[in-house]
Amino acid sequence: MTRVPPRTRRNRTHIVVFLAPAVLIYTAVMIVPLFETLRLSLFTTSGNHFVWNGVANFGVLFFDERQSLGFWNALRNNVYFFVIQMLQNPIGIGLAALLALPRLRAGAFYRTAIFLPTLLSFVIVGFGWKLILSPLWGVAPSLLGAVGLKGLFAPYLGRESSALTTLGFISVWQYVGVPMMLAYAALISIPDEIIDAAEVDGVVGIAQFFRVKLPLIWPTIGMISILTFVGNFNAFDLVYVTQGALGAPNYSTDILGTLLYRTFFGYQLQLGDPNMGATVATMMFLIILAGVCVYLFAVQRKISRYQF
Amino acid sequence: MLAAHAVLIAYTAVAVLPVLFIVMNSFKSRRAIFLAPLALPGPGSFDLVGYTTVLKTGAFGSYFANSLIVTLASLAGIIAFGSMAAFALAEYRFRLNTLTALYLMLGIMIPIRLGTVGILELMVAGHLVNTLVALILVYVASGLPVAVFVLTEFMRTISDDLKNAGRVDGLSEYEIYFWLVLPLVRPAIATVAVFTMIPIWNDLWFPLILAPGEATKTITLGAQQFIGQYVTDWNAVLAALSLGIFPVVGLYLIFSKNLIRGITSGAVK
Repeated sequence: MTRVPPRTRRNRTHIVVFLAPAVLIYTAVMIVPLFETLRLSLFTTSGNHFVWNGVANFGVLFFDERQSLGFWNALRNNVYFFVIQMLQNPIGIGLAALLALPRLRAGAFYRTAIFLPTLLSFVIVGFGWKLILSPLWGVAPSLLGAVGLKGLFAPYLGRESSALTTLGFISVWQYVGVPMMLAYAALISIPDEIIDAAEVDGVVGIAQFFRVKLPLIWPTIGMISILTFVGNFNAFDLVYVTQGALGAPNYSTDILGTLLYRTFFGYQLQLGDPNMGATVATMMFLIILAGVCVYLFAVQRKISRYQF
Repeated sequence: MLAAHAVLIAYTAVAVLPVLFIVMNSFKSRRAIFLAPLALPGPGSFDLVGYTTVLKTGAFGSYFANSLIVTLASLAGIIAFGSMAAFALAEYRFRLNTLTALYLMLGIMIPIRLGTVGILELMVAGHLVNTLVALILVYVASGLPVAVFVLTEFMRTISDDLKNAGRVDGLSEYEIYFWLVLPLVRPAIATVAVFTMIPIWNDLWFPLILAPGEATKTITLGAQQFIGQYVTDWNAVLAALSLGIFPVVGLYLIFSKNLIRGITSGAVK
């Protein structure tokens, strides 16, 4: 790419003018508050002042008899939620493999329909599923009855043992369109020569998918996984909408997002505490940062070898 | 091929039927909702009582207007400032170019919600709590990283000859950005717009924290609270849910071709 050398254009204020609005708003509203949040986790409030507190807030979060229970429970639930959520990737990639079949008809219709739930807000998805799964309303039992499985019905969202799993599946239902679309895009961009060469070698059908196509779309799968990871440890809306800020029943669906909300703002008998809220947010930040670093250093480096 | 269609039809049903059940039952009387939830609304069961309740009791007009203002203003900010920054990063060689680009793209991986404690502090200090401006500022900041990333990639593909011809003709750098480059990246701008619009419209967290007042409630927050209050009035709840579904589905069907093309072309890079 040839550029006009800087000598001919002494005045370069336009670069500053072009960059300033974006950099200023991004810095003031995103980066500074983020660091302010991290900083506040090291302070405690006394009267109207913030007082230096070292890492004592983290001690409370990890070991305090009452608060640590909530934190470890939310963290455990969040990890479990992430594991269930990861099911969306094989399902999405499988659907994409079918959609990418040459000579498939009505592909655009399937893509459009399967992507639809992704666009709906958590309010609609959460309440919609709450109604469908409600024992008061007959939709879920009649549907299960239609396939002869009526005995399987239970108030899934109301039982401690199944509520979080159910929410995980609702989330998979909503977001399966994302891995499907990204994997589809990656699959149709595989050069024809590679597929032809595989066919000449007698690698066809399912074997071709697993041995030729799947290794080629690893970078996309890595990207989808890290997006899922970040989205999960930052989730809040679905649990808040369907189960309330307390992660009912009995905190069994409480995740870090709802814990952050309650700790920061207070809820019912619990008083809000900006410093403990900042401490929870800092833990979420560290978890997400760790995930992103693993992705960037390990996964990204390993998979880049397969790229064409 | 037949098996592929069978699987795809089955999954399409899984994706679409729950949405269809909600919309279908919102047009039925309370009795019909419970007696025959799987039946289509017919002459005996058709009833708009849910919609009249929603429109009478909820201030949905004002919530809708708030959402529209916030979404459109945020989009305008993201696209204007994002494309300007992208142009500077794609066009000029200067010392801090790579560093600035990396700095702006940090936000793709780190969600803005983690800074909520600091953001609320900032908005309290600026007397912006319970204003739409607070929401717009947050959404512009959170939308900029992706916009800058996508638009920089696109702007790098524009030929230098065109821009240099403009320079020879005496156009200023601002004119080159506005008259030559912006029209050429219009498809990329459309993709960015659709993708940033959806999470802004659907967000619950920041309206709940920064602007929960009645005058500034967005449709997502308003619907959530309305449904929470009317949870036993199934007609009203189903109607409120359907009212949230219609605009999104309508927009989606209009833009779906561009949207899917946008994802595919963006991901191929």
